[in-house]
Amino acid sequence: MEFLNAIVALSNYVLIPGIAYGSQLALGALGVTLVYGILRFSNFAHGDTMAFGAMVTILFTWWFQSMGLSLGPLPTALIALPLGILGTMGLLLLTDRFVYRFYRAQKAKPVILVIVSLGVMFIMNGIVRFIIGADDINFLDGERFIISARDFKTMTGLDEGLAFRTTQLITIVTAMIIVAALFWFLNKTRSGKSMRAYSDNEDLALLSGINPERVVMITWLIVAVLATVAGVLYGLDKSFKPFTYFQLLLPIFASAIVGGLGNPVGAIAGGFVIAFSEVTITYAWKKVLGYLLPESLEPSGLVQLLSTDYKFAVSFVILLIVLLVKPTGLFKGQAV
Amino acid sequence: MSDPYSDRGNKDVSIANPKGMGSAQPIQKSGAVEPAAGGPFLIGENMTGGYGKGPDILHDCTISVDEGEIAVIVGPNGAGKSTGMKAVFGMLDLREGRVKLDSEDITALSPQDRVAKGMGFVPQTSNIFTSMTVEENLEMGAFIRRDDFRDTMTQVYDLFPILKEKRFQAAGELSGGQRQQVAVGRALMTRPKVLMLDEPTAGVSPIVMDELFDRIIEVARTGIPILMVEQNARQALEIADKGYVLVQGRNAYTGSGKELLADPEVRKSFLGG
Amino acid sequence: MSEGIRNTLLFLLVAGLITYVGYAQSLNSALLIIAMGLLSSIMALGVNLQWGFAGLFNVGIMGFVALGGLAAVLVGMPPTPGGFSAGGVGVLVALLMGGATIAAAVYATKKMRKGWLRTVVVIVLLVGGFFVFRALLDPSVARIEEINPAEYGYLGGLGWPVLLAWPVGGLFAAGAAWLIGKTALGLRSDYLAIATLGIAEIIIAVMKNEDWLTRGVKNVIGVPRPVPYEIDLQNDPSFVERAAQLGMDPVEGSTLWVKFLYVLLFGAVLLILLWMSQRALHSPWGRMLRAIRDNEVAAEAMGKDVTARHLQVFILGSAVCGIAGAMMTTMDSQLTPGTYQPLRFTFLIWVMVIVGGSGNNFGAVLGGFLIWFLWVQVEPIGLWLMNVITYGMAEGSPLKAHLIDSAAHMRLLTMGLVLLIVLRFSPRGLIPEK
Repeated sequence: MEFLNAIVALSNYVLIPGIAYGSQLALGALGVTLVYGILRFSNFAHGDTMAFGAMVTILFTWWFQSMGLSLGPLPTALIALPLGILGTMGLLLLTDRFVYRFYRAQKAKPVILVIVSLGVMFIMNGIVRFIIGADDINFLDGERFIISARDFKTMTGLDEGLAFRTTQLITIVTAMIIVAALFWFLNKTRSGKSMRAYSDNEDLALLSGINPERVVMITWLIVAVLATVAGVLYGLDKSFKPFTYFQLLLPIFASAIVGGLGNPVGAIAGGFVIAFSEVTITYAWKKVLGYLLPESLEPSGLVQLLSTDYKFAVSFVILLIVLLVKPTGLFKGQAV
Repeated sequence: MSDPYSDRGNKDVSIANPKGMGSAQPIQKSGAVEPAAGGPFLIGENMTGGYGKGPDILHDCTISVDEGEIAVIVGPNGAGKSTGMKAVFGMLDLREGRVKLDSEDITALSPQDRVAKGMGFVPQTSNIFTSMTVEENLEMGAFIRRDDFRDTMTQVYDLFPILKEKRFQAAGELSGGQRQQVAVGRALMTRPKVLMLDEPTAGVSPIVMDELFDRIIEVARTGIPILMVEQNARQALEIADKGYVLVQGRNAYTGSGKELLADPEVRKSFLGG
Repeated sequence: MSEGIRNTLLFLLVAGLITYVGYAQSLNSALLIIAMGLLSSIMALGVNLQWGFAGLFNVGIMGFVALGGLAAVLVGMPPTPGGFSAGGVGVLVALLMGGATIAAAVYATKKMRKGWLRTVVVIVLLVGGFFVFRALLDPSVARIEEINPAEYGYLGGLGWPVLLAWPVGGLFAAGAAWLIGKTALGLRSDYLAIATLGIAEIIIAVMKNEDWLTRGVKNVIGVPRPVPYEIDLQNDPSFVERAAQLGMDPVEGSTLWVKFLYVLLFGAVLLILLWMSQRALHSPWGRMLRAIRDNEVAAEAMGKDVTARHLQVFILGSAVCGIAGAMMTTMDSQLTPGTYQPLRFTFLIWVMVIVGGSGNNFGAVLGGFLIWFLWVQVEPIGLWLMNVITYGMAEGSPLKAHLIDSAAHMRLLTMGLVLLIVLRFSPRGLIPEK
């Protein structure tokens, strides 16, 4: 019984939140890794792209809500999500047309594109704040829980409750669908293979008749999907605030690099490694240990390794350890 | 700093990905193709030119290959052998001369459009997609084809049986000789009218080199004319129908493979006696 | 037009803009822009050393600036009475213990043979060391934070003259830069950007959370000044008289005088650093750096130790940012960890460097002033613009209210636009590298 309680507590506070957060990071890191593999630079504007996608989705959600449209127990944001994706696609294609393309034609070095992405980051950040403000926004509606802690307790008779939130389930399911679709696209379709070929060897791809502009366009479209979905899921799970999205850059970059920059499988693995490290190291283990250890050994403190404010430090330390042990990341990079 | 968009020596892999980056200008406009009957199947005629605005590397250089032939370009280091072939392929800015393929003047075409016109080109280095499987490499070779290319793939596998064995393996994991076979196979996937090989045996052992030459002869027997640059002049001339010895970007000696091998001048200067 | 004249005109243009603010808004705003412009220029100078001279991509400027701010507190603030005896020793012992743990782990990694035994030993050392560290640190920290939390609750500083904090801030930043550079530049490939991005966040997290050190989000206020206090000036009859001669009331006169003194101090520091940077640029060391930058392979072939040079220039540039950080906290008279944000303290500095001209020290200075001016003035300009745009709209329309409220966010948009426009149409910046 004690052991079951410990497992339930662990699932409730570590496993489920970790999986949900990991899925969000993985989606974000996939976007970063695709741009790194194809356009060959780290996109500092990615966090703000996520914020933009989430913002468009929120605006449509509000509109639908005002019309009385809803999905019942599911959040209305899910109907608005495709529109958010379309909006983000438009923004990214415009940005590419008016900003990045010029530098490609100039054969500018990737570092220059990084600096360009800083400018894009400022602009997107400005646009989002300009339109929706800098405050916290909660746009979740529908049923909050699939299983609430109290229901779980009455159902199982355990002391410990397990709450499974709707947003967590949606996050996990959506992330799985998106990732499966992405891998199918990259490995099975002609366009997907041409993207991998372009990432692998640009000159030879040109010789094979692959049109780089088309590859870049498809990349931005996929990045728009990934960024918007990641942004909306994160916003539903926590809340929407432009500044937090900007701050997600560090764990997202850390995930992509831990996994091996340019490698989509790595990005997913990295996302979960970073998420679980953050959650386990900042979680107060008193409760779980209390169930597991005999009374005499029960810890007196919270057994929290680090305060939650150090979560960024955790992602960074994990990153450093992985790079020291395996300089190419968990999976070898460059295989988009 | 001459280039305002240079990276100032930055080597930071956490922000910039140098791997697989191309040097070719991606967006190139092609000019018109004009009919030009007569002459050899593929010919680069009186070519003079260099890279971009740089100095001329080729001087009035002519290279040609006819149907059913293997033509080989040999010469000392820095003679402009590869440059000559790249000029035929359109990777050079020609100031004089022209390139004709199958009774058409294609001088104004970009390399990509020449591939569409039927030129197959195998670069000396980075000539495969290392992270993709052998089969995917062949598929990418057939990228411009919208018809069913399974037959061609079967033909390639027949020519290079080892590739069929390793079809689902990443091309980067193969040995040097096998990688060259993937590279040639990739170029054959477009069903080219002419195949151009830039030092196909560079960096492989003598045994593998012999095997590669055998394969190349087999490809030629299927009816595809082959133009190739070779460092190993003697072996190459032995299989060549036509040979060009280039010196400092100019035609020094031209003749059939046998003639050149027998020519005392050529033997003394380039074949080590 | 010769280059010299063009550059002078550019500087005059910025001077004119600031003068106009002094005339149209207030002298106080103008002086504040100059003071902050000087600080921005110093930071830009530091980043230009790294990016312009060596192509190093530092996105952790915020962290170095914040370390400088920490130095101002640790050097300038008076010690908390009873603080050191309550827990200072314990904290010091804990920190030494923590350092020893890391040193032992590094030593074990270097000395032991690769294998599972080494991994186990290192993990045991690190995990065990961490718990000992926390066991030593936590009680001392609790005792320190108990001391009159409303006023102290931290160790305080050394109570030394605050001007000393400026070089110390540089040293702090240099120390951190050494650690980062050693790790990030020493890896098989260079991972400097992500390393600096991460360390900067960690430094801010430490400053927000370790109340015993920085009072955390309760902020340290009243950092001593190197210049007189306004209230003392107002009570000084001779100062009041002089102010009156200039036609100013004592309150206005004293605020302006204090600002003016800061401008003088900062200006002196900027001139010294600028002089040193120029000397460095034209020294054999600077030439070698540029040689490495322009052709690393050749430089390496000539036997130049590229990593060591990069480490040097990274440390120097970061130290300059640290000095600026200490100066800024000194002028603000307070350390507020919550205000350190990457957009303002890292990426804005990058805009300054790129707009001014990568690789040119004078460009960095010009960029610092110009971009800071825009950063401050875009908001009023944006507000004015919004008022013009919404002029015809009905009073109380939600769109009008929204537009006017949003004017405050115009500055980020503007900074992005300025960066992109300069990068595209004048990629070498306003004052290009020679």
